[in-house]
Amino acid sequence: MRIVTDPGSQSWYEASARQRIAALVDAGTFEEFLGPAERAMSPHLPLFDLPRAFDDGIVVGRGKLDGRPVLVAAQEGRFMGGAFGEIHGAKLVGLLRAAIASKPAAVLILFDTGGVRLQEANAGETAIAETMRAIVDARAAGIPVIGLIGGRAGCYGGGGLIAGTCSRLAVSESGRISVSGPEVIETNKGAEEFDSRDRALVWRTMGGKHRRLTGAADAYCADTVAAFREAAITLVGTAPAFDLATLEAEQARLEARVKRFGDCRDATEIWARLGVNDPDAVPAMTDAAFAKTASSVTEASHDAR
Amino acid sequence: METLHFRHSTQKAASGSKPMAITGVVASGNLEVLLERVLPPDACEVAIETPVGGYGDVWEAVVADFVARTQPGGLRISINDGGARPDTVSLRLAQGARLMEASA
Repeated sequence: MRIVTDPGSQSWYEASARQRIAALVDAGTFEEFLGPAERAMSPHLPLFDLPRAFDDGIVVGRGKLDGRPVLVAAQEGRFMGGAFGEIHGAKLVGLLRAAIASKPAAVLILFDTGGVRLQEANAGETAIAETMRAIVDARAAGIPVIGLIGGRAGCYGGGGLIAGTCSRLAVSESGRISVSGPEVIETNKGAEEFDSRDRALVWRTMGGKHRRLTGAADAYCADTVAAFREAAITLVGTAPAFDLATLEAEQARLEARVKRFGDCRDATEIWARLGVNDPDAVPAMTDAAFAKTASSVTEASHDAR
Repeated sequence: METLHFRHSTQKAASGSKPMAITGVVASGNLEVLLERVLPPDACEVAIETPVGGYGDVWEAVVADFVARTQPGGLRISINDGGARPDTVSLRLAQGARLMEASA
């Protein structure tokens, strides 16, 4: 018996970093840099008696997307929550710097991270700052940097900051984008402020649908690798210019967002103000119905994120 | 961390010609297995790093069983363990050997 499966139909959320890359780029084109056999592992984790990963939780390399050369980085959310350690961060920074030299059509970052790896926090924080700087440099050199978010760890902490510097973002329903995660907010401000066990609250505050409706993400995907591939191809072609006009428009947009929604106590109030007819129905909407709703909300599409 | 090394003689070389494969993820109850075709065809080495100490006998038995069944001659196998159970280890080793069966 031979079981035939289409790699593109697999769930992005369930797939590993390597499976995501293999099905995202054109078949057979991926070439890894600093692969597992090189054993570029964390120098810090053994001090804490913690196991290491041969790739330090991130796969980087080059491939082709719809025939065009791209550089790709994919975080493995199941290894230490996809957190940024020293080697992990250095691989991403190195890839972004290589982009300036090799001029690919885009750099794709497959986020799946809880933020900085606390066992190597100083190196991790530095990596976050260096990554943001490297993204800005790549964008200034005319290379779009596209973030794809739909993994189990979401995109939190420094990962959320880095996502904010990307040219374009695609997100699925299960993708979450934020800086402080639910548990962090609850620990610091109490369960009355944010109940991290209220999954519906977490998703409507940080989840893909909310991020898409407010325009923080530029595309909304079904949870399949094929949908993310489709979105990546489209976003590479529509990345905005990285210039003063874009940045000023982005600043104006953020100020307007605070003014317009600053007093809202729940995401559903924001959706109502955005003109969504039945905000309470959004979380349960199918991907197709949601895509239709999102396309009717003007804030969802704006050159400045 | 406990580090374990096992060296086995095999009757034949591992099938296929893929030079390298990796499977699994280092996570709770899981492990990653890296296989490299770098040894003479009658030898197999397995190196394990595990945060769970004191289970050397179990690892030895699981590895011996895998070698007897698969005859992975020529492979250097390196494992980063996240506290996987013996059945998970067996499964990952079998998956890894299967991946190496592909042509290069």
